[in-house]
Amino acid sequence: MNREAMREKLPILITAVVLVALYIGAGLQFDRFFSLRVFMNLFADNAFLGVVAVGVTFVILTGGIDLSVGSMVGCSSIMSAWLMQHAHLHPVPALGIPLLFGVAVGGIQGYLVSKFDLPPFLVTLGGLFFCRGVALRISRESLQIDHPFFNSLASFAIPLPGNASLPVASIVFLLVVVIGMFVAKQTNFGRTVYAIGGNKASATLMGLPVARTLFLVYVLSGLCAALGGSVFTLYTSSGNAISGTGLELDAIAAVVIGGTLLSGGYGSVFGSLLGISILGVVQTAITFQGTLSSWWTKIVIGALLLAFMLVQKAIEGAASFRSGGASPASSN
Amino acid sequence: MRLPSWGWALLVLVLVLAFNAAFTPGFFGLEIREGRIYGSLIDILNRAAPVALLSLGMTLVIATGGVDLSVGAVMAVAGAVAASLIARPSGNPLAGIDLGGSIPMIVLASLAVALACGYFNGILVSLLGLQPIVATLLLMVAGRGVAQLLANGQIVTFTEPGFQRLATGSFLGLPNPVWIVAAAFGAFSLLTRATALGLFIEATGSNPVAARYAGVNAKRIKQAVYVLSGLCAGIAGLILTADIQAADANNAGLYLELDAILAVSVGGTALTGGRFSLVGSMFGALLMQTLTTTILTRGVSPEITLVLKALIVVVVCLLQSPVFQQRAARVLRRAQA
Repeated sequence: MNREAMREKLPILITAVVLVALYIGAGLQFDRFFSLRVFMNLFADNAFLGVVAVGVTFVILTGGIDLSVGSMVGCSSIMSAWLMQHAHLHPVPALGIPLLFGVAVGGIQGYLVSKFDLPPFLVTLGGLFFCRGVALRISRESLQIDHPFFNSLASFAIPLPGNASLPVASIVFLLVVVIGMFVAKQTNFGRTVYAIGGNKASATLMGLPVARTLFLVYVLSGLCAALGGSVFTLYTSSGNAISGTGLELDAIAAVVIGGTLLSGGYGSVFGSLLGISILGVVQTAITFQGTLSSWWTKIVIGALLLAFMLVQKAIEGAASFRSGGASPASSN
Repeated sequence: MRLPSWGWALLVLVLVLAFNAAFTPGFFGLEIREGRIYGSLIDILNRAAPVALLSLGMTLVIATGGVDLSVGAVMAVAGAVAASLIARPSGNPLAGIDLGGSIPMIVLASLAVALACGYFNGILVSLLGLQPIVATLLLMVAGRGVAQLLANGQIVTFTEPGFQRLATGSFLGLPNPVWIVAAAFGAFSLLTRATALGLFIEATGSNPVAARYAGVNAKRIKQAVYVLSGLCAGIAGLILTADIQAADANNAGLYLELDAILAVSVGGTALTGGRFSLVGSMFGALLMQTLTTTILTRGVSPEITLVLKALIVVVVCLLQSPVFQQRAARVLRRAQA
């Protein structure tokens, strides 16, 4: 393989192999792990995280980071719940208004990052505080949602054979992944995102709309995070201001495990789907195991994250060795 | 005249204090009871201690161009070790270790674990060359898992007056945490200004390649700052644990890494590395706590603190941004013409 193809394909290949190995390993270990029902639950349980991770993938592809997504999930979920339970809005606008809020917050962040060249880390840290503050201001207590239309929407599922079903959360997740893959690979916007992550200066010199694309990337991430909040609301039928705490890190972990380089330029939405699936398999396997406590999930995810970062580093090192030592991304 | 890099933090701090002087009755009131000073100002100093400690270590890490996201989790780990060693509840993985109830030994053991965490971060960043955000993200995620493992998934509570004194005791009228921060600040200032370490850190942060040509061992410098950051996090974790007499692996130090980063950048240390100011970070940490205390004493709902913090981040970033400075200068010139 040449250097570019190797950087592009090898991480995702390794991710896929690990995913299959983990899945088969868990399946051999535990009875009924291989059922379609368990497989579908992998997606349903992590659908909201997945929707968030798609947006985060774009941000990371540009070489940025978005820390605000976790609290945006909490904010979106409590906002929907409050609009339904206290403002007595119909579920459609109640689920839609938080999306506008996500676009607005993402837009402000994108404006600050793209116009003033501020560090994304700090700007989105501001977003994290802001969204959590707004969420807690709306309601400190979690709100149970009870609305006939909402209930039927939340329990909507496409029945599948083997006592399995594809619930609305998973449907939204898969749609977002497909749209994300299309946007990343098939549109000018997506190509510009990769170009910015590869080398911002040359992207500017090529005449690509760098500032506008950066702005839109954060808008997209805000929208995905708010949508993730809506999915979470549908999944739990309630709103909670502190939900999504630390979710930004799970999302970043999933994206990195999915083979996207944090320095930007290399990676894919499909990889993030694989990353989410790995997190899902680990979680489910630990639940199946029964005696291991849930905190093992965190340790295993940490270990996986380390392994994947080392693999990425090795690939980068090998690639730069072949091309004579010049690797632009490993200057740090 | 040019403001020092921490000028903005000090200015805002003075403004907030002036606001309190004007509108919050008794804010500056101090009273001495049982040889100890009480009052809002002392309370601010005391409560700012954990973040101030974290921001000392964080300042050096950020000055090398890195960031340490794991400090909150390391606090939880140190707290879990200390609480487990003191209480030794049955079923706890550390219950078999008997330090004879010696508080200094328990403190040393917990700090050793925190140092090890910092060392781990340092290896990832310096030896393996991983990006600091990701490298420390690792321990941020896994650290809480480790803390829960050490505490056997429980909130370990204990009663041990000797250990609690670390947080609740006082010396010469001031609470112990204030003295601990003062000592750490003194040590860090000496370390960075009386030795060449500070210069090496700044060289590593502003241009690693040039620093290497100048003979600075950037890898060892990076390794050292993460170890120091881990140590600071350990001390902060012990203070927190001693204060609430319990170690909560899930919530101890949650989001404090972000507060510390905020305090450091408000204090005038640029996130891109290079020049740093320990004094500025102290002002930054004090500013954060003064705002929180002001909001609490004025009876405004505490959620507003988060929104205020968000505004401060954005404003400070803008003030430090060259693009914004140029634009503001242009607007000012146009206004004068």
